[in-house]
Amino acid sequence: MPRDAAILAGPAEAAAPRRRPNYARRYAWFVVPAAVVVVAVILFPWLFTLYVSAHDWHLGGARRWVGLENYQKLFSDARFGWAVARTLLYTALAVVLPMLLGLAAALCFHRRFPLRGLARTVFILPMMATPVAVALVWTMMFHPQLGVLNWLLSQVGLPPSLWVYSADTVIPTLVLVEVWHWTPLVMLLILGGLASLPTDPYEAARIDGATAWQAFRHITLPLLLPFIVVALIIRTIDALKAFDTIYVITQGGPGQASETINIFLYLQAFAFYNVGYASAVVVVFFAIIMLLAALLLWTRQRVKVT
Amino acid sequence: MSGITRRMALRAGAASILVPLAAPGQVERANAQSRFDWRRFRGERIEVTVQLSPRGQFLQRNNQEFEDLTGIKVGLEVVPEQQHRQKIIVEYASGRPSFDVTEVSLHVNKRQVGKAKWNTDIRPLIADASLTAPDFEFGDYGQGMVQYATQADGRLDSCPAGADYFILYYNKELLAARNVAVPTTWDEMFEAAKRLADPSKQIHGHIGRGLKNANVVLWSSYLLGTAQRDMIDANRQLITDTPDAVWAGETYKKFLRDVSPPGSIGFNWNECQTTFMQGRAAMWVDGIGFAAPLEDKARSRIAGKVGYAVVPRGPGPNHHCALFGAGYGIPEASRKKGPAWFYIQWALGKSNQLKWLTSGAGVPARSSPFRNEEAIAQSHFPRDFFQTLEASARIARAGLPEIVPVTQFRDVIGTALTNSISGADVATELRRATAEFRPILEQSERES
Repeated sequence: MPRDAAILAGPAEAAAPRRRPNYARRYAWFVVPAAVVVVAVILFPWLFTLYVSAHDWHLGGARRWVGLENYQKLFSDARFGWAVARTLLYTALAVVLPMLLGLAAALCFHRRFPLRGLARTVFILPMMATPVAVALVWTMMFHPQLGVLNWLLSQVGLPPSLWVYSADTVIPTLVLVEVWHWTPLVMLLILGGLASLPTDPYEAARIDGATAWQAFRHITLPLLLPFIVVALIIRTIDALKAFDTIYVITQGGPGQASETINIFLYLQAFAFYNVGYASAVVVVFFAIIMLLAALLLWTRQRVKVT
Repeated sequence: MSGITRRMALRAGAASILVPLAAPGQVERANAQSRFDWRRFRGERIEVTVQLSPRGQFLQRNNQEFEDLTGIKVGLEVVPEQQHRQKIIVEYASGRPSFDVTEVSLHVNKRQVGKAKWNTDIRPLIADASLTAPDFEFGDYGQGMVQYATQADGRLDSCPAGADYFILYYNKELLAARNVAVPTTWDEMFEAAKRLADPSKQIHGHIGRGLKNANVVLWSSYLLGTAQRDMIDANRQLITDTPDAVWAGETYKKFLRDVSPPGSIGFNWNECQTTFMQGRAAMWVDGIGFAAPLEDKARSRIAGKVGYAVVPRGPGPNHHCALFGAGYGIPEASRKKGPAWFYIQWALGKSNQLKWLTSGAGVPARSSPFRNEEAIAQSHFPRDFFQTLEASARIARAGLPEIVPVTQFRDVIGTALTNSISGADVATELRRATAEFRPILEQSERES
């Protein structure tokens, strides 16, 4: 406290500065419910998962401490390596394609045209469907002999495809389902961004004689970038954790051709009941997701700065 | 199959295959009573979980009958097969399963459930006259099914419910059109399948499971026809890369690759059933439980045209069809074992087991349904269905090895088989799969 202020405040306060109440201590109990929930549903499961991952443990069998053996085994497990590779390929395709199509659809639906509202509603319908129901319907359509897709191909003179019934085409076909299902979400996010853009830069560009492409490239895209990055983060997380669609349609097959980390993990935990090894997979998968999330958040930060 | 009448078949079935197990004397004495109090546990509530199947749906439809009989309320849960198997294991492992009665797939979970002693031994319940109705008559259960449900240590921890035999379904119309006889060997069947194919009508000679895991039971059907027959030997060592195993793999490969529809690599039983029901495949080897949907006029284009036969023979001296089965057990942790046992007695009683048989819902574990000629005569299933059932029961042999990690076995071997459909060398694939699974089996056997 400055000297003049102390004089003005009076002798008592000048002698001993007034103590601020200790809010932290007074309200500490209010934190307890939240802390209990965090410990119960986040911290404890994680610590328990780490504990289980250090054991050779099959459900119904004996539990044996093995330290880091499960992790060593995991890093030399070719099947897990392939599952990681497939997950990354699937994620890349299931992010890039909806992003491109979603952006194009958003630009299209941003323009005014008759029945635009109806068209927008129809476009976002797939997003509202339950993934398992969607997967079952697509499974029927993919049937090589009885499915409607091959019938449609035959109507336009194209040869039939094996869709999810071939190791060569299963990943692109599953991505097709993902694109159909989630492109509307990307479109909605970007459309929201487009609606918030200012009109002044476009008027200035028009006066300066900019073409539509130049306006898009130098005005729309930079201004939309924060929205695109948000959509990118959401899509990446969604694609990484994709399970229901793949499990219902292929169960990771044919063979192991569509076995992603999630399917591999599910098999280890709930088909082979190898919970120790499955827990090690969880820990490694979590590390991969954290790494990707950090990368995306760093990108987002850079976009903001730019 | 001409020359065998239904009456003969049923008599033979009842007498030779499903020979009633001589029930322990104490059980018979215990049941030598005339009055039984079905309402002893009225007011109680039990939880029951069964697999989604014609049997499970039957129990669901008739649940009220049990509640009216006993006054016991039943929370019945019907879960799809694969999810059900996983659910019960996870719940058992938790130490506090939510159910008092569960269906157990003997070919998948028997050893695991037995090893952990998760289910109670039902023999004391059977022997208790106050808990077992006189007409339950455990001796009515077929000896084969009782043995199948009995654990290695002699405990009977599930009551046999039903069997599933792999049989040959064929489209009578297609075979007659090409003048093809019902094959009796796998080689004959392959040649027949080639003749029956009609690409212009998108009709294929054969359809079968190609999907990893599900496909192992088709491969084991071929293996059962060899001299080796089994997948593990007497010393419980894995023998899935032997010449006989490779022959079975080659047979599997040629059937799925050469005479089955494109895309069979991803087919499970449901895709096979759909294709066969649409008349797009001439022959299909799978479980006998599919007869009901195939004969359903509302769903099937080939209802009334389906032929039934035992699976063809292999090159070996033995002739077997793959056997799978289920039992109903009571968790050791259940506090309502009495009401639970009442439920099992009702669900697997003579009356319900007869209805399973005559409605095509499944093959009962009891022998009395096969002796009820009057009820069977009224069934809408054709004569060759019952004849095939009887003949299959006589040659049935476990279609999967009785080991704890059986799902992992199916996964590893199934992947090898799937790869072979894609063109991989069968011997190489089976060698690789055997080497991969051997340490898993050895560890499991050490811990058992």
